[in-house]
Amino acid sequence: MTVLSCHGVRKVFGDQVVLDGLDLDVSEHEVVALIGASGSGKSTLLRCVNLLEELDDGTIHLDGEHITDPRVDPDKVRQRIGIVFQAYNLFPHMTVLENVTLAPVRVHGVPRTAARAQALEWLGRVGLADKAYAYPDRLSGGQQQRVAIVRALVNSPRLLLLDEVTSALDPELVGEVLSMIRDLKSDGVTMVLATHEMGFARQVADRVCFLDGGRVLEQGPPEQVFAEPAEARTRQFLSRIIEAGRL
Amino acid sequence: MSASPAQLDRLAYRRHQTLLSVLVAAASTLVLGVLLVVAVTGAPGWDRVRESFLDPAVARESLPDVLRGLWLNIRLLFFCAIGALTLGLVIALLRTLRGPVFFPVRLLATGYTYTFRGLPLIIVLYVMTLGLPGLRLQGMPSTLVLGGTALVITYSGYLAEVFRAGIESVHPSQLAAARSLGLTYRQTMRFVVLPQAVRRVAPPLLNDTVALQKDVGLVSLAGPIDAVRAAQIHTAETFNYTPYIVAGVLFVLLAAPLIAVTDWVTLRAARRQS
Ligand SMILES: Nc1ncnc2c1ncn2[C@@H]1O[C@H](COP(=O)(O)OP(=O)(O)O)[C@@H](O)[C@H]1O
Ligand SMILES: [Mg+2]
Repeated sequence: MTVLSCHGVRKVFGDQVVLDGLDLDVSEHEVVALIGASGSGKSTLLRCVNLLEELDDGTIHLDGEHITDPRVDPDKVRQRIGIVFQAYNLFPHMTVLENVTLAPVRVHGVPRTAARAQALEWLGRVGLADKAYAYPDRLSGGQQQRVAIVRALVNSPRLLLLDEVTSALDPELVGEVLSMIRDLKSDGVTMVLATHEMGFARQVADRVCFLDGGRVLEQGPPEQVFAEPAEARTRQFLSRIIEAGRL
Repeated sequence: MSASPAQLDRLAYRRHQTLLSVLVAAASTLVLGVLLVVAVTGAPGWDRVRESFLDPAVARESLPDVLRGLWLNIRLLFFCAIGALTLGLVIALLRTLRGPVFFPVRLLATGYTYTFRGLPLIIVLYVMTLGLPGLRLQGMPSTLVLGGTALVITYSGYLAEVFRAGIESVHPSQLAAARSLGLTYRQTMRFVVLPQAVRRVAPPLLNDTVALQKDVGLVSLAGPIDAVRAAQIHTAETFNYTPYIVAGVLFVLLAAPLIAVTDWVTLRAARRQS
């Protein structure tokens, strides 16, 4: 079953065409990794899917529903999609528990006690139960990012978008976040993740999409894309990555 | 674990230095105090000044009236502060509304902050307390209420701008995070933006409240007797200025806790930033 379907997506900033007729389909339980040079539009695509940006053309469907129809209530759509940002964006004036229970209580109408129990269970599962009453600035980057992921997950989204969730982290903290995402994959969470951790994309992704020129230039299983890329641009990108020691 | 000799030596040295700086501070304070007292009491006109500004008998006699006036200041401050903070917040929120439907609302709110930050308080006060009753409408509130309203109108113009600065200081990524969780614009404002904004501008908000405390006395221009006006009445009877000093001391005492709270909040905000 197709969860996400982007068709002919176009996004322009000023005179810069960032997405230029991009197509992408994501099936249920599938994990898709978006790779591509910095500035190739990975974040922009994720923000478009979450309706944080308006399209300049094309359509996006979620579970068959046309969500880029201007008559659709974006708040309702966002309730079904989780997104995690590179900079965590936790709410600094709320404890970890308050961060995690805000949306369940205020948006999804979950009773407060039930929301707290559910949040504590999730935090326990990712080893953060003892941080429930701490404020975000008392947490390490890796812990903050795991809280941000839990905050998105407690709402049981149909689709989880992850935007470079490890790039702001110190190298020794990357592992804990990646292992959490691996667990989510085995739970069957449908994910689209922008990443420059090629090693991770290779391990966790069912499909890798290389963004170039505002489109998905090449896609396929990680073994194929990384080992024998068909396009010259892909080869060029990957060789630069190898030089930088990231593969 | 016991500290190393090097650490013990460091601790002893620091203790010594602390003691030394306390002694130096005490000595310099004493010297400055003596100098001030000698300079003031030694001045040629000191005896005349003491008689007309620091007469204990006059102070005792005027104190009850000045205190009664001060009670009016306190009540006015309480209600005007609440009113101005509430109205200021509402106007700031109206100015942040987006979309063409809200254009007239935004325009009105913007016009309000321009007008009442520019218009001298005294003029607003006279219009409210002397102009409005001239209309002879039914159910016109008392001069005190009208005067208080003038204060609320003027101060809410300032406070609205302080609130707005706070709202705009919250990073857009916080809004994105809140909206992406499915929160509506109102919920985002209420649970994510405003709590952070208010915390950040608490020091300037309190500062304006301290200023308001001094300005509430201006309602006496329209009749009601506040502490300064009470002092003025006594001065006119006795030709002695001591009642002003009494009122001044009371004002400082009243402001001290508010100023202390402001300093404390400012310090805490600065620490949170780092
Ligand atoms: N809000 C914006 N305004 C103007 N330009 C933007 C905006 N957001 C992104 N861009 C531009 O769009 C391009 C793609 O950005 P982005 O999607 O963040 O790339 P990636 O995530 O792949 O590094 C960049 O050149 C960036 O400067
Ligand atoms: Mg990006």
